[in-house]
Amino acid sequence: MVHLTAEEKSLVSSMWGKVNVDEVGGEALGRLLIVYPWTQRFFDSFGNLSTPDAVMSNAKVKAHGKKVLNSFSDGLKNLDNLKGTFAKLSELHCDKLHVDPENFKLLGNVLVCVLARHFGREFTPLAQAAYQKVVAGVANALAHKYH
Amino acid sequence: MALSGEDRAAVRALWRKLGGNVGIYATEALERTFCSFPATKAYFPHFDLSPGSAQVKAHGQKVADALTAAVAHLDDLPGALSALGALHAHRLRVDPAHFQLLSHCLLVTLARHYPGDLGPAMHASLHKFLSHVTSALASRCG
Repeated sequence: MVHLTAEEKSLVSSMWGKVNVDEVGGEALGRLLIVYPWTQRFFDSFGNLSTPDAVMSNAKVKAHGKKVLNSFSDGLKNLDNLKGTFAKLSELHCDKLHVDPENFKLLGNVLVCVLARHFGREFTPLAQAAYQKVVAGVANALAHKYH
Repeated sequence: MALSGEDRAAVRALWRKLGGNVGIYATEALERTFCSFPATKAYFPHFDLSPGSAQVKAHGQKVADALTAAVAHLDDLPGALSALGALHAHRLRVDPAHFQLLSHCLLVTLARHYPGDLGPAMHASLHKFLSHVTSALASRCG
């Protein structure tokens, strides 16, 4: 469970309301694949990932990023039950996709960088701290069903 | 992953752009680290850690100077950071994982202030540079 103060919850939801979830998803996933190139191994079927430009303009990366961030959005509506919200996805990532859960933390941190870029001055240390709690909570929830 | 020629050029160019403001950003990175990762405050029991603290600002400048020196010695980061590594490992006993938290907060700080400059390729180069710095600092641990 993620423990956010009332102020943190308010910061998180008011900022999220201004996020273009589809675009930010593609940007975050693209940056993950560029900054941590070994993560490309999970996306062999995505085609050309050979350069940063290729990754960022790849339609499959954008589509998958959109999917990922829409899931994350669901999490934000259920901060009191992240483990329940992400139970099925956790099983999928463990049993079918075989993703090392460490990668969820990497994506969480990349997302925080993307939000900082988009929000600028508004992404204060307090806002960042609130989002760090959320991404850590989501990463833990996704790792929860691993065995 | 080793720093390529492009990585080095990108980091040097960004550092030239940051100019004399590296201290400001390193200070903000420290503030963000303390705020997001409160366990790191344990290394500074003797500091006033409230926002705007002169001690944090002074320490931010120290961190900035070390990073600027690192940028000037990209060909030999372990050598350039050896003394700082020994200090952080043996005297200050910093958990090596915590260097990465400060690196992350520095990336966040630069993304917030220089959104146009922090494209994906720059993000990757900066992340690599900071990973090499933390590696060099942590290599003296344990």
